[in-house]
Amino acid sequence: MSAGKTEKKKTKKKGIVGRTAGWFDDRLAASRFVRTALNKIFPDHWSFMLGEIALYAFVVLIVTGIYLTFFFNPSLKETVYNGSYAPLRGVKMSVAYESTLKISFDVRAGMVMRQMHHWAAIVFLASIVVHLCRVFFTGAFRRPRELNWIVGVTLLLLAILNGFAGYSLPDDQLSGTGLRIMYSILLSIPVIGNWAAFLLFGGEFPSDQIVSRLYGIHILMVPAAIAIVLGAHLAIMWHQKHTQFKIVGATEDNVVGSPLWPTYASKSVGLLFIVSAVLAALGGLAQINPIWLYGPFVTEKVSSASQPDWYMGWLEGALRLMPAWEFRGWGHTIPNPFFPGVLLAGITFGALYAWPFLEARFTKDREPHNVLDRPRDRPVRTALGAATLSFYLVLFLAGATDVLAVYFGLSVNSIVFSFRVAVFVVPVIVAVMTHRVCRELSAAGGGRRKPPGLYDRSPEGGYESRPAPRPVGAPAGELEPEPLPEAPVERPQAEPSPR
Amino acid sequence: MSDGSEDRSGAEDHSDQRNDATPDDGHLAIASRNPRRTETGVGVAFIVATFAGIGLAVTYALGGQTQVEGVLLFFCLGGLGFGMTLWGKQLMPHGPFEQQRENLIGSEEDRAEFTAAFVRGEQAFGRRKLLLTFLGAGFAGLGAALVFPIRSLGPSPGRSLFETPWKAGSRLVTPDGKFVRLTDLEVGGISTVFPEGHIGSDDAQTLLIRADSSPITTRKGRETWSPDGYLAFSKLCTHAGCPVGLYEHDRQQMLCPCHQSTFDVLRGCRPVFGPATRSLPQLPIMADGEGFLRAQSDYTEPVGPGFWNRS
Repeated sequence: MSAGKTEKKKTKKKGIVGRTAGWFDDRLAASRFVRTALNKIFPDHWSFMLGEIALYAFVVLIVTGIYLTFFFNPSLKETVYNGSYAPLRGVKMSVAYESTLKISFDVRAGMVMRQMHHWAAIVFLASIVVHLCRVFFTGAFRRPRELNWIVGVTLLLLAILNGFAGYSLPDDQLSGTGLRIMYSILLSIPVIGNWAAFLLFGGEFPSDQIVSRLYGIHILMVPAAIAIVLGAHLAIMWHQKHTQFKIVGATEDNVVGSPLWPTYASKSVGLLFIVSAVLAALGGLAQINPIWLYGPFVTEKVSSASQPDWYMGWLEGALRLMPAWEFRGWGHTIPNPFFPGVLLAGITFGALYAWPFLEARFTKDREPHNVLDRPRDRPVRTALGAATLSFYLVLFLAGATDVLAVYFGLSVNSIVFSFRVAVFVVPVIVAVMTHRVCRELSAAGGGRRKPPGLYDRSPEGGYESRPAPRPVGAPAGELEPEPLPEAPVERPQAEPSPR
Repeated sequence: MSDGSEDRSGAEDHSDQRNDATPDDGHLAIASRNPRRTETGVGVAFIVATFAGIGLAVTYALGGQTQVEGVLLFFCLGGLGFGMTLWGKQLMPHGPFEQQRENLIGSEEDRAEFTAAFVRGEQAFGRRKLLLTFLGAGFAGLGAALVFPIRSLGPSPGRSLFETPWKAGSRLVTPDGKFVRLTDLEVGGISTVFPEGHIGSDDAQTLLIRADSSPITTRKGRETWSPDGYLAFSKLCTHAGCPVGLYEHDRQQMLCPCHQSTFDVLRGCRPVFGPATRSLPQLPIMADGEGFLRAQSDYTEPVGPGFWNRS
């Protein structure tokens, strides 16, 4: 209380900002916290923007999504189209599909909003995945940040869920096929599968309720969950302070970077607008999910080249590559889609959640870490990560076997067989190669830039070299190789800052 | 977020007094070598944003045009974003500044106090063992009651996965409502059919293929199922339930476009490629006296994707 009063006196100004701040401070004594917050230091590195891009894509999703809710109607009641898109006039369709057409063709700014929303979802998921890779390969998930890793993986899960729920809403032929496959995957779960599918869909596929249910899930349930979990993600990051690379002056006990106010804030808000700007350009210029070309969902129809949004591609590929095998016995079946659709997905996220603890157990490194690894310095982790990524990349490509077959003029069968081999062989090759490259780069001095040399030609025609003077402003650490610690070193005790 | 943050403000402030992030003079330097030019850049960016915004308003007023809207919005938002970023990166103190990290491990005293506080409460609860039991029972009751709202979400699966609307004597109709006669398909022709009165029923959708002009026995016991070479198979893929829509006449194969499961029509739509493990169920059909095709019965096995209690 008393501290608040003194703060108030200090910040007493004539301006409107000062008076408003004073009004709040008289009631909340917040100036102390706010001052600390304004001075908070954020490390600078381009890779720390990836999570921010995800955050800002989420902001765009919320803004454009709210706009879309004013026009979208999730009803599956049948109607006959009479809007301005001529090719579909007179076609029977659901109100959900009709209202999506209306947003696209009859609502001014509707098309840009709808396409921005879809692009933002794609960028949201992409930036989350790249952010996750950054955190993984630099070891940012190690103590004390295992907790935030778990929160982050949960965000990825929620984002995928909401993406799927979202693109299933327009009740077009493509998303109807996606829902059908999801229904079959639910059915394939042992013991509870039938009930799970019937309770979610409100009966046997295609029920008349699924779109309105997904609507509630998509616009309220999951976004609220994402907002809460995202809040926790940022709060934990704020409290634990950001990790940093081993730049000059950076230690385990400090943070080196720029202050929240004004430098970091203006760069970060700038990034918000740049992300929005790119999404606006995509929304205006790059067609995405043209549901008017797919047509309304009709139960007995399906189009070839049915590919889901990119973040579901690995599941699609896994479904395609799974050999014709399933478990039958004692009057029961564990159907084929269970293994790629449920088991693989479960293992994927189980492994993601468990990774920080698995690694700590394996390396016996349970010390807190605030300074990031360079990927090359952790060959085993980097190799495993690269191999895992290549595994999912092969699955992702396998999600388009039919498209690839047409493109390369090969039979689908031979492509599927090649992918079945590749999905096991490619990760092994990638792991071995990555491990080798890391080892060679991290070998003493290897991969670091050598100090530049000056070469003098003598009158006799010989050459002599001498080290060049260090360029003005060049950081010393970059040019001088230093041996890497073999084992985790004891964390140095906190000491007063040199500055 | 502010709750958690405020808790901490005391500790953070403490460390701050030792090591304030207030920069010394050297750190107040800005990155830009030519601040005037950078200022011009920032200003131009903001002015571009202003004009793009006005342009956007005009575009809307004139009726709107998707591509123009996208481009103008790009310049409006992008101008703001570019200007702010440039301002932040080039014209603001860039340090590097340093701040100490707090110790994230709780002190022994704090932990002891926490434990003591917790134990005090625990004892207050523990003194009334019987009440605790009742409390547990109350929650169990609530949990049991909550099953029912969830149960309301859908009907019981019951036998519905084992049955379709096909009945003995159901006439075959096309999606546009025409009854199918023996003379309707050429050899090599294919059509999607439903049982009369159930057009659009998902699990009843059936492929009608005329593979030959005389009956075909696809399996033992199915000798009478294919009048005049008409074969009827469930259209739902036994893998993930997509409609098996592609007919390769030369090879007499059906291909599912979703995951490329392939079925051999003449051998009872046995799966020959892809992830499907079961044949497409065959519908026993017959021709009545007037030449209309009718079902002899429902499918003799469940159609569509597998599930737990399917043997």
